[in-house]
Amino acid sequence: MSEQALTTATATHPQTVNIRGATLRAIIIIWRRDLIRYWRDRMRVLGSLAQPILFLFVFGSGLSSALRGSTGGLGGSGSSLQYVQFIFPGIIGMSVLFTSIFGAMSIVWDREFGFLKEVLVAPIHRSAVAIGKTLGGASQAMIQGLVILVLAPIVGVKLTVVGVVELVPAIFLFAFALSALGVAVAARMRTMQGFQVVMNFLMMPMFFLAGALFPLTGNLPAWLLVLTRLDPASYGIDALRRIVLTASGLPSQVVRGFEITLFGWTVSLWVELAVLVAFGLLMMGLAVYGFRQRD
Amino acid sequence: MSRPVISVRSLVKTYGKVEAVRGIDLEVGPGEIFGFLGPNGAGKSTTISILCTLIRPTSGVAEVAGFDVREDPSAVRARIGLVFQDPSLDGQLTGRENLEFHAYLYGLPAATRKQRIDDALSIVDLADRASSTVLTYSGGMRRRLEIARGILHYPQVLFLDEPTLGLDPQTRNNIWEYLHTVRQREHITIFMTTHYMDEAEFCDRIAIIDQGKIVALGTPAELKTRVGGDVVTISTPDMAALADQLRSLMQLDSTQIDGTLRVEVADSASFVPRLFSELSVPISAVSARRPSLDDVFLKLTGREIREQANTSLDTMRRMGRMWGGGGRR
Repeated sequence: MSEQALTTATATHPQTVNIRGATLRAIIIIWRRDLIRYWRDRMRVLGSLAQPILFLFVFGSGLSSALRGSTGGLGGSGSSLQYVQFIFPGIIGMSVLFTSIFGAMSIVWDREFGFLKEVLVAPIHRSAVAIGKTLGGASQAMIQGLVILVLAPIVGVKLTVVGVVELVPAIFLFAFALSALGVAVAARMRTMQGFQVVMNFLMMPMFFLAGALFPLTGNLPAWLLVLTRLDPASYGIDALRRIVLTASGLPSQVVRGFEITLFGWTVSLWVELAVLVAFGLLMMGLAVYGFRQRD
Repeated sequence: MSRPVISVRSLVKTYGKVEAVRGIDLEVGPGEIFGFLGPNGAGKSTTISILCTLIRPTSGVAEVAGFDVREDPSAVRARIGLVFQDPSLDGQLTGRENLEFHAYLYGLPAATRKQRIDDALSIVDLADRASSTVLTYSGGMRRRLEIARGILHYPQVLFLDEPTLGLDPQTRNNIWEYLHTVRQREHITIFMTTHYMDEAEFCDRIAIIDQGKIVALGTPAELKTRVGGDVVTISTPDMAALADQLRSLMQLDSTQIDGTLRVEVADSASFVPRLFSELSVPISAVSARRPSLDDVFLKLTGREIREQANTSLDTMRRMGRMWGGGGRR
């Protein structure tokens, strides 16, 4: 019928397909979508404060007074460090960990409800999904982690401008590493059924082993010591703890008392951040591979 | 026909020992609305998935918009629009945001992006609801938004897999009106699958597929002439005797369906009086009508398409759509 009309229409078609440019744009829009959804779900931001508050005020205060009764504080005798101050960076880490993994799991949700198809049939490289989702999840987790900082004055943690400025990139790298892990797992998951498994066998062990609630130094049993060193979240939480406690004005020997050691060698903040970046990149590679393999 | 937009030759897809598509040939010209009809499991979705580069064919050639689906899937993907069988919108985003997402994915130039989104929204009459989240849309509105999204990047072909599945009849007709508007405004080819025979009437040409093969291909009118006249449905207490007498006295083969006998006759007006005067079997009801595509399908395959049409999966899908496209999104 309208052959002439079709030719005219064809002329306006964007016929040159630049996959690389399209993939970059796709990463940005996938990232942006996650942030729009996050922003639209503001109640979640408030709701997600409930668990940290429970940990800090009920668990933290409870254990604080118990510890005061026995040893007189953490980090050696005479230390002014309260248990609740000790776990504060751990609770930031907890928020980052949970938000990252939950954020990544939205891929499975998208897959189950069809939206992922819209992305997978687009003329873009599959890596855009992995990278965009990792960045989207990491951004949400970073915001969630930073939101916890509003509780700092209440638990007696002093924050300085420098401290907060240092925390932002540290939290982001931590969130990036965990989001990449989550996306790598989610890329292989078909249904939400597997989510419970991920919770019980990945998220909770990572949280408990990361030193959020107890120091990873001292007299841990050998098996536990090994497991905590294998948990990438240990390095993230330790990094946050160094920054928070230093900013809080605690004497450096108290701060140093909690630092992670590997074979007798103290891991520096830079090494910890490097571990997070390396782990994140490795996981993102696996995520890209996972999306290429399937679907 | 001018150079075809879709060209398929000896297409085969097997899954292990199961042959989902068993040698399909077809060509679709520019600007056509081409319907792919058949019961569930006939190979419709497999074929459309191959044309959209979602599944690789086992053998055979398929070219879409001038590119081979196997050799250059990216080029094909950039030139086609898709409306999936299952909903694929983000319910937490607004209608406009869903389209913006698509515009970025397909690299629409920034200068014309907003204008194009406005145009697409107005074609499907959703301009006034563009800033509501999709969660608040009805099933029909969601489908329309998906159609707008499918045409957003100026594709040459719009593929729709069961676009009206689970929608009520009024909404279905409404969707068809929009599809005709889209064809007219965008000059694109539309390739769609359906198992609603009545919908095939809206197509320029249709292919009827059964068990992985095309059993008929042509315009709806052409296919209906294959039935040969009118369809007469007769109810009687004694089916066997009636079938016997029809064969011996009138040389007519009948098919038994849902407790009635169905015959095809050249002219029903003269046939019905003969039915009463020449046969001795009691007849309780007679109806005569022009053949529908259901009759064509029945004639070609010996089965009714609707037997399999309403599976529990469809019911589940419909429920899913009714309850907001699957929970909170």
